[in-house]
Amino acid sequence: MSNPAELRYTAEHEWVSVEGTLASVGITEYAAQQLGDVVYVSLPAVGAAVTAGEPCGEVESVKSVSDLYSPVDGEVTETNTELEDDPSLVNAEPYGLGWIFRVRVAQDGNGDAALPTDLLSAAEYEELTKSAS
Amino acid sequence: MVPFAGWQMPLRYGSETAEHQAVRHAAGLFDLSHMGEITVTGAEAGQALDYALTGYLSAMAPGRARYTMICAADGGVLDDLVVYRLGEQEFLVIANAANTSVVFDELVSRASGFDAVVTDATEDYALIAVQGPAAAGILGPLVGGVDLGAMKYYAGAAGSVAGFSVWVARTGYTGEDGFEVFARPADAVAIWDALVAAGTPAGLIPAGLAARDTLRLEAGMPLYGNELGPDLTPFEAGLGRVVKFDKAGDFVGRSALAVLAAAEPARRLVGLTIQSRRIPRHGYPVLADGVVCGTVTSGAPSPTLGQPIAMAYLNAGPGADDAVLAVDIRGEAVPAQLTDLPFYSRSR
Repeated sequence: MSNPAELRYTAEHEWVSVEGTLASVGITEYAAQQLGDVVYVSLPAVGAAVTAGEPCGEVESVKSVSDLYSPVDGEVTETNTELEDDPSLVNAEPYGLGWIFRVRVAQDGNGDAALPTDLLSAAEYEELTKSAS
Repeated sequence: MVPFAGWQMPLRYGSETAEHQAVRHAAGLFDLSHMGEITVTGAEAGQALDYALTGYLSAMAPGRARYTMICAADGGVLDDLVVYRLGEQEFLVIANAANTSVVFDELVSRASGFDAVVTDATEDYALIAVQGPAAAGILGPLVGGVDLGAMKYYAGAAGSVAGFSVWVARTGYTGEDGFEVFARPADAVAIWDALVAAGTPAGLIPAGLAARDTLRLEAGMPLYGNELGPDLTPFEAGLGRVVKFDKAGDFVGRSALAVLAAAEPARRLVGLTIQSRRIPRHGYPVLADGVVCGTVTSGAPSPTLGQPIAMAYLNAGPGADDAVLAVDIRGEAVPAQLTDLPFYSRSR
């Protein structure tokens, strides 16, 4: 399993890709494999405020339902409505077409994205999943 | 792999939805070696089982199988079972993995007055199931000593698969035609590999517990721990037909079951379909006109119907048939429709 090195990760198995103050969010390949076939994604509302570490949606698979956590603080700007028709994109391309939502991240004093300090690198995330399995 | 009743079981090999569809349209291969195998042998083995179980096993011919139950004295269900009659004086009882020791202990105790010996043979058997419309065509050429095509549903015979001695039966838990192969554990990997080699061109793929659960749910088959348990009766589960009051002699639970059979069950098992992407799951409340009237026992997205389905117990009483039903899915009342079970029957 390869987790893209340019992404950041959370212990709740989300990934986040930050460009400027815009963050794209999805669940990791490891999470998608653990869940099995995803059949429904409950997306956050566009415009909703999200808080890092707080649930903002749900991912349902055949066998289970899991909360979707936001990795960052900010406001939802866009959701992946393709998932309404084809939630299996989360399994097929968790880091690509299976992205879930985008957030305008809260800014720090310099106008940069204020990211939580506990986001993980790909290597750190792989350590985490290795010790879990 | 997931822990399951003391075994490590494959939840899925790849996509559980693809595994489900393979069983409906081609074939799936299941490793069910976790299932409990208990032998009952001796001159009075049939009579011992007549007393221990709800079924009339002594009347069953050798080479046949029955779906039956073992009940407590109060009529509660301790397990549901398939019993094969291997020979005149030899029966093979298949128990759910989590219940094997309970069933074994009960059978030992209940057989004590009979000329019968009860043995836990779980470690002596590996169980491999080939299920799906292509099953007979895949297994047939590998079988020796048995006319698979002529074998009736719920029948079995001693023979061989890929040269290894087995008991092969036309039984399963998927709602499809299919076979279950009871083999020596040492031979199981070679049999599995032979079935994969013979079946792959016909669309056979290995299938895990997740697909097995959605297949049996579509077929309206109960799962112990969900639709069956010690606080539930065969009549509540809609399976009163497995209680054979016409057999000779007493059996454990008879008097309690006779009272239960004459009364309206306290609850009844129903099918529900849902027009939503959200899945009703085990334990979710069922609402009639907004008031809790029952509980979901099993739920899943149905690959065949293309919508979520569930089995649920509805409390007895007026109204459920006329009421607007819903399932409380984590706080949202999602409308549900009563549906006859099973959700799916294969065309024969």
